[in-house]
Amino acid sequence: MSDNDNSYSWESLWEVVIGLEIHAQLATQSKIFSGAATAYGAEPNRQACAVDLGLPGVLPVLNAAAVQMAIKFGLAVDAEVSRRSVFARKNYFYPDLPKGYQISQYELPVVATGHLDIDLDDGSSKRIGVTRAHLEEDAGKSLHEDFQGMTGIDLNRAGTPLLEIVSEPDLRSPREAVAYMKKLHALVRYLEICDGNMQEGSFRCDANVSVRPRGQTELGTRAEIKNLNSFRFVERAIEFEIARQITLIEGGGKVVQETRLYDADRGETRSMRAKEEANDYRYFPDPDLLPLEISEQDIEAVRATLPELPDAKRQRFVDQYGLSRYDAGVLTASRELADFYESVTASGCDPKLAANWTMGELAAALNRSGLEMSASPVSAALLSGMLARISDNTISGKIAKEVFEAMWAGEGDADTVIERKGLKQITDSSALEAIIDEIIAANPKQVEQYRGGKDKLFGFFVGQAMKATAGKANPAQLNELLKARLS
Amino acid sequence: MHQMTLAGIAAALTAGEFSSEEVTRYLLARIEQLDPQLNSFITVTPEVALAQAKAADQRRAAGDAGPLTGVPIAHKDIFCTNGVRTSCGSRMLDNFTAPYDATVVARCQAAGLVMLGKTNMDEFAMGSSNETSYYGPVRNPWHTDAVPGGSSGGSAAAVAARLVPAATGTDTGGSIRQPAALCGITGLKPTYGRVSRYGMIAFASSLDQGGPMARSAEDCALLLQSMAGFDQRDSTSVDRPVPDYRAHLNDDIRGLRIGIPSEYFGDGLDPAVGAVIERAIDEFKQLGAETVPVSLPNTALAVPTYYVIAPAECSSNLSRFDGVRFGYRCDAPHNLEDLYKRSRGEGFGSEVKRRIMIGTYALSAGYYDAYYLKAQQARRLIRDDFTQALTQCDLIVGPTAPTVAFNIGEKFDDPVTMYLSDIYTIAVNLAGLPGMSLPAGFVGGRPVGLQLVGRDFDEARLLNVAHRFQQHSDWHLQTPTQFA
Repeated sequence: MSDNDNSYSWESLWEVVIGLEIHAQLATQSKIFSGAATAYGAEPNRQACAVDLGLPGVLPVLNAAAVQMAIKFGLAVDAEVSRRSVFARKNYFYPDLPKGYQISQYELPVVATGHLDIDLDDGSSKRIGVTRAHLEEDAGKSLHEDFQGMTGIDLNRAGTPLLEIVSEPDLRSPREAVAYMKKLHALVRYLEICDGNMQEGSFRCDANVSVRPRGQTELGTRAEIKNLNSFRFVERAIEFEIARQITLIEGGGKVVQETRLYDADRGETRSMRAKEEANDYRYFPDPDLLPLEISEQDIEAVRATLPELPDAKRQRFVDQYGLSRYDAGVLTASRELADFYESVTASGCDPKLAANWTMGELAAALNRSGLEMSASPVSAALLSGMLARISDNTISGKIAKEVFEAMWAGEGDADTVIERKGLKQITDSSALEAIIDEIIAANPKQVEQYRGGKDKLFGFFVGQAMKATAGKANPAQLNELLKARLS
Repeated sequence: MHQMTLAGIAAALTAGEFSSEEVTRYLLARIEQLDPQLNSFITVTPEVALAQAKAADQRRAAGDAGPLTGVPIAHKDIFCTNGVRTSCGSRMLDNFTAPYDATVVARCQAAGLVMLGKTNMDEFAMGSSNETSYYGPVRNPWHTDAVPGGSSGGSAAAVAARLVPAATGTDTGGSIRQPAALCGITGLKPTYGRVSRYGMIAFASSLDQGGPMARSAEDCALLLQSMAGFDQRDSTSVDRPVPDYRAHLNDDIRGLRIGIPSEYFGDGLDPAVGAVIERAIDEFKQLGAETVPVSLPNTALAVPTYYVIAPAECSSNLSRFDGVRFGYRCDAPHNLEDLYKRSRGEGFGSEVKRRIMIGTYALSAGYYDAYYLKAQQARRLIRDDFTQALTQCDLIVGPTAPTVAFNIGEKFDDPVTMYLSDIYTIAVNLAGLPGMSLPAGFVGGRPVGLQLVGRDFDEARLLNVAHRFQQHSDWHLQTPTQFA
């Protein structure tokens, strides 16, 4: 931004520093320290056993599946998996925290420093540090509605395994924060360690936001915005928070270190509690659990189960299918989409054609009807069958859209639709020539003008021919024949 | 019949001299008649007991009986018992009926042991005199003005008074051994991890350990056999085979090296108690053991170390008693903070509150390193002392407590003096080692306990040594006159 720009731009004066703490619920069958089921949506307190209720005398037993998922994540972000980590108690009182402490990891987390690369808007890529990831148990839920001045407690969620993934304060804009969060979201789903369902709270985020004058190395005072459960909320909450902090400082005020809550209805953040009122969590190693020891063999066993990761897959799509980095990025944004694409190309059709149709017509149709990839009425087999008919000139790209719609509506595969609707291209030269002769005879004036040098009229003749053939003329062949006749 | 030991009742049941129902009814009647003098039970469970006794008799008739099937015992009220109130000696849990059985309770039940009731204890096992119980103090059968020791004071008194042949106890800082000593019975605190803590209401998780309390080493061996073993529900229990504890009871102890720690015979030890212990050591020598002087140089650190670690853990363990889901809730709370403050303020007694405050302080930001972390370092030094000493000897012998039973009220308002009554037992919990107390004599008509401390998982040796001692002495056979 130039100095003589009239419009005020805070970006020239302030630098934004953002770090995210993502809570990903791990997709284990049972809870992290008990045998109770983790499925979402059961009747309140029906999936809470004695351990989850924190009854007197009960003890936690670590779920090995949660540990394997944490290792998987650590390997995927190129982090060091700790050979020894320790569970600690975080002590505070809250009605939905049954034991009066949360079992978490504090000084020694299971996953140490790693990183994740995100794409910036200008097409470049940026490496974001992952400070740590640790295992912990989720709390229950307080239900403030339906109890007339009282609070209900649902402990079904209590004890659900969480992986808390903490980033370095490397993010410099709300866009970067969202890009990082999306990348992480795709990654945990690739790894099949989290269902990523943000409405159900399976993947949620706390954002630490501060601003500092450009050029200053020291960090500004941060505010922590709690429990953001959509990409849009993350972006909006951070945007609001940046504006609030800058306005505050420019008005002579100071940012207070505090926890804030994002009110999605009002689009603003509000103070929850200042640090002075904050809890002293009195962390100490949980004496009910032994330190978590992970052997080299454990790590290698998990490594063997790692799927191809998004970045690697993207690069392979570029190399193997000749796609652009952008297209490869879109197609590998989710494992389902990438798998679908590869199923389409598996039949040997043109990879670029397959990419265009998958990202274009198919994605748009899914979007319109709000369907997941897995529920698509046009399967990979149906789509590849249709693409084969484009490639062998049975139908044109334009007619293919009609075929696609018919397949989407459940009218059968491409060949059936083409046959029933008579959509096969006319490639018989004599038939096309006869049609062209009729058009020339019916439009002498245009023929004269064209031959007089008005080249643009060529399109008029193509249009007339297409109209006469209901779009079924092979476009290349038609062009060739028209040119010959009109010359 | 009440003078019969666990082993004796088991033998009589096997011989068909009487049924489980008969001995159960007999002891229930005896509890009803005599316990008002002692207050050793919080809850007597006649229905449960008779149902279990009948079932045991049927098992026996069907030829499906184990060695202890049909033998009555009592459980300390710290062990959760399905369908029966589990109070932990606290107003906080006066209304709490556990919906599940502790592993120890389930194992005893599987062995066919009959539960007569739940014994009194210091509130949440915090105390050395059984005076902190919400249900009132327990009286020592040897002298009803005296305390029975604590925290397993109800179990100790009930066994000493021959109300039950044996009972379970728990020991966090001497809570099996000190009351066993003060009541003249035999008690064993196993190695940390030997007995499952699942369903045993936690006081200090890294120290708590359940164990048997009975009148003889042989009975302790029998009951421990039913209690011990790996439990996948307790991550700190150790997956290691349980030996046959009775198999080696009669092994010769000639050549056994008995370590005598000089620190356990210094200031603070009542000289008369010391003399009793010296005589017991002479007895071992006559049995062919040799004595080795050993040193536990960090003994003085044990009490201060314990009173950081145990309160720190308890301050967290007792957070679940918040008036929200179970247990005591104050009347008409006007908001959440009021609910917490009054439920906990009214539900807990003063000793529990004192320890929660000490522990909260020790874990607070800015104090953690100076207290909790330092205490963990001291704990390691204490453990190292024992490890070192136990390379020079096979087991360590000394007094269980510095004095005999003191009178009710005598130390109640002086917590530090009270805490010092556990000076010889506490270090053993910090070290995680097995320890045992057995009767060794009397001072002024009150029992003196002898403590044995062994290597990790060396319970069988402690039981062997104690059993040999008991075959050559009759201290463990003495009965308080009123309960003879």
